[in-house]
Amino acid sequence: MFGRLSWAAIPFDQPVVMIASGTVGFVIFCVLALVTVKGWWPYLWREWITSVDHKRIGVMYIGLALLMLVRGFSDAMLMRSQLALAAGHAQGYLPPEHYDQIFSAHGTIMIFFVAMPFVIGLMNFVLPLQLGVRDVAFPVLNSIGFWLSAAGVLLVNVSLVVGEFARTGWLAYPPLSEVAYSPGVGVDYYLWSLQISGLGTLLSGINLTTTILKLRAPGMGYRQMPIFCWTALASNLLIVASFPILTATFAMLLLDRYGGFHFFTNDLGGNPMMYINLIWCWGHPEVYILILPAFGVFSEVVATFSGKPLFGRRSMVMATMGICVLSFLVWLHHFFTMGAGADVNAFFGIATMIIAVPTGVKIFNWLFTLYGGRIRFTVPIYWAIGFMVTFVIGGMTGVLMAIPPADFVLHNSLFLIAHFHNVAIGGVVFGVMAGISYWFPKAFGFTLNERLGKAVFWCWFFGFYLAFMPLYVLGLMGATRRMQHYSNTHWQPLMLVALAGAVLILVGIALTVVQIAVSIRQREHNRDVTGDPWNGRTLEWSTPSPPPVWNFSHMPQVDRADAFWAMKQQHGTAQSRDVKRTYETIHVPRNNPTGFFLAFFAVLLGFSLIWRIWWGAGLGLLGVIVVCLTQAWRTDGEIEVPAEKVAAFERLHGLKESAV
Amino acid sequence: MHAASRDRMTPEATPAPSAYAMWLRAISITSVAMLMASCSEGVLDPRGPVGKAERVILYDSTAIMLAVIVPVIVLTLVFAWWFRARNSQARYQPDWQYSGRIEMIIWSIPALVILFLGGIAWTGSHDLDPPLPLQESTAPLDVEVISLDWRWLFIYPQEGIASLNRLVVPAGVPLRFRITSTTVMNSFFVPQLGSQIYAMPNMVTRLNLEADQPGTFEGLSAQFSGDGFSDMRFDLVSMTPEAFKEWVSTTKMQGGVLDAGTFEELVKPAKADGAQTYAQVSDGLFDSISSGHMAALSPQRGQ
Repeated sequence: MFGRLSWAAIPFDQPVVMIASGTVGFVIFCVLALVTVKGWWPYLWREWITSVDHKRIGVMYIGLALLMLVRGFSDAMLMRSQLALAAGHAQGYLPPEHYDQIFSAHGTIMIFFVAMPFVIGLMNFVLPLQLGVRDVAFPVLNSIGFWLSAAGVLLVNVSLVVGEFARTGWLAYPPLSEVAYSPGVGVDYYLWSLQISGLGTLLSGINLTTTILKLRAPGMGYRQMPIFCWTALASNLLIVASFPILTATFAMLLLDRYGGFHFFTNDLGGNPMMYINLIWCWGHPEVYILILPAFGVFSEVVATFSGKPLFGRRSMVMATMGICVLSFLVWLHHFFTMGAGADVNAFFGIATMIIAVPTGVKIFNWLFTLYGGRIRFTVPIYWAIGFMVTFVIGGMTGVLMAIPPADFVLHNSLFLIAHFHNVAIGGVVFGVMAGISYWFPKAFGFTLNERLGKAVFWCWFFGFYLAFMPLYVLGLMGATRRMQHYSNTHWQPLMLVALAGAVLILVGIALTVVQIAVSIRQREHNRDVTGDPWNGRTLEWSTPSPPPVWNFSHMPQVDRADAFWAMKQQHGTAQSRDVKRTYETIHVPRNNPTGFFLAFFAVLLGFSLIWRIWWGAGLGLLGVIVVCLTQAWRTDGEIEVPAEKVAAFERLHGLKESAV
Repeated sequence: MHAASRDRMTPEATPAPSAYAMWLRAISITSVAMLMASCSEGVLDPRGPVGKAERVILYDSTAIMLAVIVPVIVLTLVFAWWFRARNSQARYQPDWQYSGRIEMIIWSIPALVILFLGGIAWTGSHDLDPPLPLQESTAPLDVEVISLDWRWLFIYPQEGIASLNRLVVPAGVPLRFRITSTTVMNSFFVPQLGSQIYAMPNMVTRLNLEADQPGTFEGLSAQFSGDGFSDMRFDLVSMTPEAFKEWVSTTKMQGGVLDAGTFEELVKPAKADGAQTYAQVSDGLFDSISSGHMAALSPQRGQ
């Protein structure tokens, strides 16, 4: 009846897991109870769950990412504390079968359910506003993409309580991930949650690519498009090109596991090396999917707070698109040690290094944007400067490992771990944090507390150096990744320093929560009434904060990059942005629960397939089909916002603004 | 945000100089200590020609890159500091966004660096290609390496002996490894000798290394392979050629036979504990393993 699922799947004998999941369950129960008692369900359903407004969806993506950051970081704390203890003969407190799940979950969650939703959330929120349009190309698809990601998140977290997670590392290399070596449900949780959320990411990529290519304000050609939109275009093109590879690769592994196929098995003609090639054909572009939008955020932030346009805009665009193309030519550098031969290794090594050229150009562009500026030291610029200093170090160690003979001694070592956290934290996380503090007032109408924001920055900045510089050294000393204990007691002091760094980052994350709480309390004091708190340069700052559902009451006319800056220069002040006073009826997309229902049935489908509950899988699939068909026959996709309502909104906003 | 509150924030961007000095001192002491620690073991303390050549590459390329990266970091901090909004001496150029000359320089600098490093990568890949025999006058010693769940088996085909979890080699003699796996992937790595290479089922990878001098160096698997992975370590014991000969003859006297029967026991998942030797090895064992003929032997791991 329930396939492999039985009470034995719940780890009652593991107190750590039971206490952790019990606490999480209790918190979720309390939140749900609070929402029910306060009667917030209709509000949530109307304004968030069924919303197809790109701003709401962007905010939900970032909320999801913040939540998963806490989960992924808990895994990190467990790993760092385990390694701080398990030196010499000590085995630490986490046995291998548990530790292996933790590092696999940490990597999977941080990349797929923290970094991705952060970046996609920022793009979702910002793109239409910067492009000067009223929504994304496919609003319902946007909502579906989000809810499928949320479905993946749910499945991954269910594995904490029901069953187990993969014990294979975050990319689940076969043959280790084949049934012969991983017979449990861990790898199935991994595969199905990533198949479902990966589909969501692909849909989101198609949607945002179309939005950038087809929907822009009148007059905005590619040369006038803000630089964040350019980086988002590159990133979404990469999603569209690379995520199908991931889906196909996982599909083959699923066929191996469920159907007795032999794509990647040891015997009967299977070839695990093929999986490793394919997964990195997705995996390396994925790195740029994450970092390019972060580069875009830094470009906006550095230009805005320096009070001058980005230096070498054309170079920046060329560098971005260059990276976009080159990122598909370097995947083999993840396995120089597989024995491909000197010519192949050298080719991919050099191709990898060539990416450092456009990336280096970007760094110089930001440097010369600072030059001649009048730099206001707000929180976003802290992150940007912290990024420039930190990222070049990660870039250097990356190029170092692109030299095949150097990689022969550094591959899979803690040096590698230090390198990719150097670029992932120093690049993506810093970029996302800069983006959040930069666009927060646009989303919520008030700025975040600056003092706490800077404290958060310093915690992450020094925490990163403390946590990962020792790992560079340990890697050179011969320490590998994924070890659960080690005999060499010389390594322990450095492991303790790394733990201290992780604790400092933990303080940073806690302070983020405090910062948000304090900022909400002080919101009246920090209210952004003009819609332009930073003296911004691009169109999103020409709207009120938060913008109305329709974003722009009049479609803006654009004739250059930094369009809003130019408008302010022409009119003297931001207030005169809306000179026309007649309004037209605006059509906005109607709320749509398709995404939520699809996610519901996707979770049912995924969970049933993981546990081999075939009737459940059939029900889930049927549900998915019915929901899709229902959506296909819907005809009432839009509602009208009457001109009077638009006029009333603008009048009210004008009053508030002139009251300052 | 109001202008006043912005002004209030700016001074916080600049901690007192004493705090800076304290941080600087703490950071420099820690980094020096860490660097010294890393030089006395691992890949920065190589004991063979391959590892030494790789260390040269590490040092050279790091030096080339630091020549660019240090100035960039310094300039970032200097520009950010000098062009702060409160500095009335700094010249504000609100419209400056292009300079052909600077553009040319900023494309050239990384391009030149990569030209250098690309050269290193090309020659390095070819000179240090793992299957390439080392250029030595001494005849190489063949060793066949098999990764098990979770142990290492070393077969000496010329000597007809085998050793489990302990790799004994003569110093100053090139070592010619052929490597495979009976199980999932592993990576055969002795950090102080240099290059690692994957051990893969049904495949043979080749690697050439050499230990310059006698000593004991830690070897390990660098590719995660399951629950027993952390213990998948072995000692590489390098001894004088005479001592090695003696070890071979002692091993032959100590007995123990490695054939299909004993091998069947070895492929069962077990954590690495203690070394063991075999005086006799059945012919062609490595080849039948690497060509997949022993696949039926490898048992499935339990749940």
